[in-house]
Amino acid sequence: MNSIVKKRVLIPERVSEMTIEAPLIASKARPGNFVVLRLTPEGERIPLTIADTDPEGGRIVIVYLVMGKTTALLDTLVQGDRILDLCGPLGRPTRIEKQGTVVCVGGGTGIAAMHHIAKGNHQAGNKVISVIGARSRDLLLFKPELEKFSHTVLVATDDGSLGHKGLVTEVLEKYLQEDPDVREVIGVGPVPMMKAVARVTEAFNVKTLVSLNSIMVDGLGMCGACRVTVGGKVRFACVEGPEFEASQVDFDELMKRLNAFKPQEQESMELFKQRK
Amino acid sequence: MQKKAKTKKIRPRTPMSMLDPGKRAREFSEVALGYSLEEAVSEARRCLQCKKPTCIKGCPVDVDCKSFIRMVAEKDLHGAFARIKETNSLPAICGRVCPQENQCEKTCKLRPTGQPVAIGRLERFVADNFYAHTSCEEETGSMECIPVDENIKVAAIGSGPSSLTLAGYLAAQGVKVSVFEALHAPGGVLVYGIPEFRLPKSVVQREIDSLKNLQVDFLCNYVGGMTVSLEELFEQGYRAVFIGVGAGLPRFMNLPGENLIGIYSANEYLTRVNLMHGYKFPEFDTPVPPGDNVVVIGGGNVAMDSARTALRLGARRVRVVYRRTKGEMPARREELEHALEEGVELEILASPISFQGDEQGFLQKVVLQKMELQEADESGRRKPVPVPEAFYELDTDLAIMAVGTGANMVLTQTTPGLELNERGYIRADPVTGETSMNMVFAGGDIVTGAATVVEAMGAGRRSAREILKRIKG
Repeated sequence: MNSIVKKRVLIPERVSEMTIEAPLIASKARPGNFVVLRLTPEGERIPLTIADTDPEGGRIVIVYLVMGKTTALLDTLVQGDRILDLCGPLGRPTRIEKQGTVVCVGGGTGIAAMHHIAKGNHQAGNKVISVIGARSRDLLLFKPELEKFSHTVLVATDDGSLGHKGLVTEVLEKYLQEDPDVREVIGVGPVPMMKAVARVTEAFNVKTLVSLNSIMVDGLGMCGACRVTVGGKVRFACVEGPEFEASQVDFDELMKRLNAFKPQEQESMELFKQRK
Repeated sequence: MQKKAKTKKIRPRTPMSMLDPGKRAREFSEVALGYSLEEAVSEARRCLQCKKPTCIKGCPVDVDCKSFIRMVAEKDLHGAFARIKETNSLPAICGRVCPQENQCEKTCKLRPTGQPVAIGRLERFVADNFYAHTSCEEETGSMECIPVDENIKVAAIGSGPSSLTLAGYLAAQGVKVSVFEALHAPGGVLVYGIPEFRLPKSVVQREIDSLKNLQVDFLCNYVGGMTVSLEELFEQGYRAVFIGVGAGLPRFMNLPGENLIGIYSANEYLTRVNLMHGYKFPEFDTPVPPGDNVVVIGGGNVAMDSARTALRLGARRVRVVYRRTKGEMPARREELEHALEEGVELEILASPISFQGDEQGFLQKVVLQKMELQEADESGRRKPVPVPEAFYELDTDLAIMAVGTGANMVLTQTTPGLELNERGYIRADPVTGETSMNMVFAGGDIVTGAATVVEAMGAGRRSAREILKRIKG
């Protein structure tokens, strides 16, 4: 159990995809769920969204961006290696119902997490419009995968190397202006992107969910590290989320809280590089 | 009885040696050092060996205190251990963290003299001595356990005190027990919550190892209700399921500024330190929030654990803010005294109103309101009320909220058949622990709300007894 059956580099030295043998998690995981993993006896627990599952094959897919010590260490693992601790599925799954057109917005590594939700919507019979963005075309994830089931895949890049030159939210806004039948928008990505998604969709009065990526320790509701303010109330992203009604989320607070351990994260990363 | 105790000259309790407060306040070594054999025998000889002992009635897991104490007096430490183990699976833990002053030592007939027999210290001595001198084979041998029958299986969800007790009881009766734990290490609150200096993790590990010797399986990273459902456990042949998942959802006070960086639940703070070994950062990956001028909100044992942990991590100043006075603090006296000896300060008759921080969202100040106690009501409790307009501030860079926990919903929200009370805890029969689902039992904090280790153990034991009756007829 927990062995890496496939590793695929998506963006060299930055983003990779791992397919992991985890039959129990694979049989239970629904779009929106995440796992918590730990790599060594001294290791920290980090949450990662499940990007895809293969229940019959007993496998789950995770996609990670190398940004701290644990993801850097994870990136040194290869096919055949084992993940020491893998816990899940966690979080409340996305509430998916057949309702018509659903726009799934993904930015950066968030596209991978969005993929599972978009696929779930397609399987439920919804018309899926995928809107994805990255800095440039070679940093764009999961486009071919999304094209398999999306009605349309719309792209934005910062440098204009593919699709619209600019932000995903500009593409989203334009689409919402053209299609009045959109029933729901789901945004997964960096906090500023999700904040912008919330601002754009508010004008169209369309139901909008975002999937929050706050700091977690246990991921089981025990610690409250992941707490966010939603509608003026404290909510735990791990057990009450990670998805919340976008218009209600205090994104500025979330952005600050993500910096809580920045100096320690840097120290840990430096040490890792030295030892490597 | 009281009269007799008073007329006879009572030798005072044998003191237990402690680490020096000055030294210990900066390290994580266990504070209370335990009895030597001589001290234990001397203390055991103080026991009156009452014809009708009342100490046992004070114990939630029915430890036969009188008999084991007699055996200690006779230096029959093996016998004493076996006697304790008959009803208590975790004596080394209980001897350390039980509030004996409210239990066996409260009902001890020497209590009116102010010098009850130090039953907790004796229990700890017996357990520590046994583990120090005995191999595991001897342990199982001396327990005369029934060989485990792999076909009679019971599952426990959660691996805290209630499940460990249930596992010990059933395994000794030949039942195969599998314990499912959501975290990466078993022990529950004994591992993530109670700090090393009060309950060394090696002590917990020893108790868990002794259960493994009884062929109890521990399956970590299994989230009850998520990774595995109750239905599936029954399909896999488990005859009964015990739910002991603890309370665990930390409470906050819904105050302005409460999500500033630098404000943590006691659960998070202690989990980072205890379970994740954050005090050894960066050797261990998980960081612990630094705190120089620390404020702990709350007056219970968890508040004391947090305050003492912060001192050990190098805080210059640690203040415990409590809305009543020292006398009303729910913490054990012993824990409170230890904290004060080590240099923790009390900020009583005060309650936080808001927190203030800088532009980056880092905590700088807590605003407190002075409180006063009303006259006692019919229940005898003096309610704290705010003094109008009496606000003041304390500078702080780390605030720890130790204001209680609520029901964790991970298992309960994914198990629709399980009846809950209005606060989200599982409804269970107070005697057997049986829930609204057939052959599903529950005990500990997920039934009662936050309580003590030994109360959870009592619940585990009662459910184990009932389960055994049902499956073995």
